[in-house]
Amino acid sequence: MISINLLNVMKEFIKIVVTSLPSDVMNALEKVCENEESVAKYVCDYMLKNVYFASRTHRPLCQDTGILMFFIKTNIKSPHIGDLKEVIIEAVRELSREGILRPNSIDPFTNINTGDNTGRYVPWIEWDLGNDNVTEITLYVAGGGSSLPARALVVPPIRGLYELVRLVLDTVGTYGLNACPPLIVGVGIGATLEVASTLSKKALLRPIGVRNSNPKVAELERLLLSKLNSLGIGPQGLTGKTFVLDVHIEYGFRHPATFAIAVSLSCWALRRGTLVLYPNGKAYVKTHGVKLEGV
Amino acid sequence: MFRLKTPISDDAIAEISIGDVLFLDGIVVTARDLAHKLIVEEGKECPINLNGLAIFHAGPIVRKYNNEWFITSIGPTTSYRMEPYEYEFIKRTGVKLIIGKGFMGDKTAKACKDFKAIVALYPGGCGAITSLSIKEVIGVYWLELGVPEALWVLKVKELGPLIVTIDGKGNNLRNYVMNNVNRLKDKITKEICNHVSTLL
Repeated sequence: MISINLLNVMKEFIKIVVTSLPSDVMNALEKVCENEESVAKYVCDYMLKNVYFASRTHRPLCQDTGILMFFIKTNIKSPHIGDLKEVIIEAVRELSREGILRPNSIDPFTNINTGDNTGRYVPWIEWDLGNDNVTEITLYVAGGGSSLPARALVVPPIRGLYELVRLVLDTVGTYGLNACPPLIVGVGIGATLEVASTLSKKALLRPIGVRNSNPKVAELERLLLSKLNSLGIGPQGLTGKTFVLDVHIEYGFRHPATFAIAVSLSCWALRRGTLVLYPNGKAYVKTHGVKLEGV
Repeated sequence: MFRLKTPISDDAIAEISIGDVLFLDGIVVTARDLAHKLIVEEGKECPINLNGLAIFHAGPIVRKYNNEWFITSIGPTTSYRMEPYEYEFIKRTGVKLIIGKGFMGDKTAKACKDFKAIVALYPGGCGAITSLSIKEVIGVYWLELGVPEALWVLKVKELGPLIVTIDGKGNNLRNYVMNNVNRLKDKITKEICNHVSTLL
């Protein structure tokens, strides 16, 4: 049975995520506007103006509200665990009907759009069961333009890191131009293809400016960031200083015979948020500082 | 800055060059992947005469209220996906202005030169504020393709900023940006790889 209260909380949460930006992305974007010149600056100012307008009027800031991806951290005793999947799907359905989410779920064999953002594996829901007594739901909106250039492959381990650098430069340098820069680049390393891919997506969930806790990895992040920006592609490909807002690397351990690597991109309009559900029924969107049930 | 109004004549775009900023008044029709495929590959007739008009590589969020359509949010989609079809599309329809996200390639640039048309990018991710420029939804065709893929016929006022990426002479801004990238990419990759050896 769907708890009506949880459904309303979920709908409000999704609405906040698609109509505004988390503060780290907003701050990074404001900095870009200060640093760019000529047409690039003009365009960045316009982008920022759109973000303010969207949150003021509660309109989706980008018409591509993407494929909704939910990453849930909870515990088996959580009072919400049995309802969450059903609640998410119902919330997505209702928001599609209300014109908040664009219908983006399409059968790959018939090209028929389901019209309500549901379908096989859509929305995407990932579970992480632990011992915390709060439930954290992180939503990432995967838009089409920046999902299209993503790449993953498995390479022989000896050449692993060099192949990784090449993959990042090829993917971002060649295709990033059309993926709505300034971009956020997520890089994943793991034993198998899907591990690397998942980690490259999770890398996009880390706040802009926060480095990997491993100093060597952090150094590689900084290096890739500055070198990608030196390509001069700039915002929207109109040339300028900032082509990439940040590079995040997440890694898992590899197998003796494999080194899997993946690159996921986000457009500048990185829409993500985290909803925290407390056992007493209170709810808080911590990425946006919004209390939904009077915490 | 240029102000363009549909129907667009060859003369109206003759003086426009890559890098120029435009604003559009008049009629714009959304057309993306499936519309291009149907018209170019399957030879379907476009239900609206696009001669002199503008197309927008875009898929909106819409709401129907009292039998009338409203645009909640609309913005460009990656234009490069339409590259394989655009030459033929411009040739068949006589469209004069193509608005989208990012850049297009050599074939489209040749079409712009051969048939006198221009391509402009609209900043991506600005769907909310763009809805202010949409004055009316005049009609919709091919809605059976789904909301994003349908042909939405829109009356717009001051749609922009549109930054010209291909002009009527076939100049392509993409080449200026990418020539630089291609020149630098291998060198930069090598520099990072050298540094990676010191990390290990």
